[in-house]
Amino acid sequence: MEIVVLIKEVPDMDRVKFNMEKGVVDRSSAEAEINPFDMNALQTAVDLKKECTANVIALTMGPPRAEKSLRDAYSRGADKGILLTDRNFGGSDTFATSRILAAAIQKINSYDLIICGEKSVDGDTAQVGAEVAEFLDIPHTYYVERITGIYESEIEVVTSKICGRKQVRRIKLPALIGVTKNINMPKLPTLRRKLESLEIKVEKLGLDDLKGYLTEEETGFKGSPTRVSKIEIPKASYRKSRIFRNDPDGFIKAFNAESRC
Amino acid sequence: MKNFEGVLVVAEQGNGEIHRVTYELLNKGKVLSDSLKVEMDCLMLAGEGIAAEELNYRGADTVYYMKSKAFEIQEEYLFKSNIIRFIKKCKPEIVLMGATEFGRSLAPRIAAALRTGLTADCIDLRIDEEGRFIQVRPAFSDNILAHIRTVTYPQMSTVRYKEFGEAERDSSRKVNIVEVKPYVDKYDGTRIIKLLSDEEADITEAEIIVAGGRGIRRKEDLKILEELAAEMGGVVGASRALVDAGMISSTRQVGYSGNRVKPRVYVACGISGAPQHLAGMKESGSIIAINSDPSAPIFNICDIGYVGDLYEIVPKLIKAIGKGRERI
Repeated sequence: MEIVVLIKEVPDMDRVKFNMEKGVVDRSSAEAEINPFDMNALQTAVDLKKECTANVIALTMGPPRAEKSLRDAYSRGADKGILLTDRNFGGSDTFATSRILAAAIQKINSYDLIICGEKSVDGDTAQVGAEVAEFLDIPHTYYVERITGIYESEIEVVTSKICGRKQVRRIKLPALIGVTKNINMPKLPTLRRKLESLEIKVEKLGLDDLKGYLTEEETGFKGSPTRVSKIEIPKASYRKSRIFRNDPDGFIKAFNAESRC
Repeated sequence: MKNFEGVLVVAEQGNGEIHRVTYELLNKGKVLSDSLKVEMDCLMLAGEGIAAEELNYRGADTVYYMKSKAFEIQEEYLFKSNIIRFIKKCKPEIVLMGATEFGRSLAPRIAAALRTGLTADCIDLRIDEEGRFIQVRPAFSDNILAHIRTVTYPQMSTVRYKEFGEAERDSSRKVNIVEVKPYVDKYDGTRIIKLLSDEEADITEAEIIVAGGRGIRRKEDLKILEELAAEMGGVVGASRALVDAGMISSTRQVGYSGNRVKPRVYVACGISGAPQHLAGMKESGSIIAINSDPSAPIFNICDIGYVGDLYEIVPKLIKAIGKGRERI
């Protein structure tokens, strides 16, 4: 089984700083890392190797330095990393990004299962998975909490609640699934894999390599139907913050009033 | 020249009922359609027997009711196949959908199929002075707000649930329901073979949440929070610390990587208030914080706070609420 894991490199959200005046994200303030939600996607793929013979490709789009995240993916059990990098790809919104990822997957050609995480911690749109599935015209299921069966041409999964109920789905392969944080606990890389990861070759694909699957107009700013027209820092909502110390009775009174209004 | 006109709200339904996010979409959609001086219509894919006139009462000019038993269960591919055909025919300039689980999964498929842009999880939508549609959405774990314009048509957005009020119901409004035949009513790429009902309380729908964090020392100690929640008529939530420690199910986790909640009252017990947690609950009606550390960030965003041991104050609260009830 050929498995492709979609990975996004994001800034470390606990450290990243925001330029309040300009309303921009200062990407130099924090190191880039694999989106935490994608760790669950990667672990899902690696775990499937125990169930069947699987080859796991980690796929990401980004600047050349994103190679580091693919080495990290290798150290966590991926067999191969592919980096989509090209000047033309910069400035892509979710739509253009999905189209580029889909083109690369078409180029990879043999794929049975595509796995992505629930969302990214920086963009938080959760759009790329479903859009990739649509560009490839394959079924997709989000919110996968458990994989309950892998068959010749199907996969069975349990989702978290959709419209109030969990669904047990049988999906024809090839298919795309988006997994939740609950599906597993991502494992730490082993030292051996970590050392090996420094030696592996990360395949790089640019626009020229995807000829026939993608045109320049479909990438970057030109291929993006959405435009960020302004960024603002949300105003902190004001609350009265009445703090009680050494006055349990006063607090209990306030608690009763507050919880009733 | 654009030949797209009007606002289309895609209704969400499940278990024979219209999802309330639909009324919120109709409320915001009306503001947009009024400022653009166009109609607002509503499309609903559902099985038999849903009271579609409710959508007219809530402001839709025309309700398009696409009926099929197949729509009783939510599956993206089949819904998409029908919705894109409908949109290609009626050509709305704006399409609004709920950012519910299903909406967040379905909308991107539709947008990609229509080769148009989609803005996810909007918290505000407006028409600017030049008549352009502006979509406002949070990003970077709610640390920034991005204003987004879409340069293709239709301009699509999903809207965060419980962000806008519901459209007011006016049963004197004209009922105008057009039944639409489904274009396709079968897809075998995804089969839903079972639905599992989940008895567990849905924390995102709770009016009152009593949440515990690192200040809770042992699993058994969650009992006092359960008691307080029961006295208040609410449910128990938790910060990531308790979930990671295996003390409570992740379905109860409040925070950026858990559930985003907006109850009427949120009681944070022994939760310091990491940004990760705050992103999931800061929109709550009232925030009450209990923490032994006076410098805990949760105290900066609470309405009332108590500096002290939760193990002492929580039982007192339980007793006080019980007494209050006896008097009534």
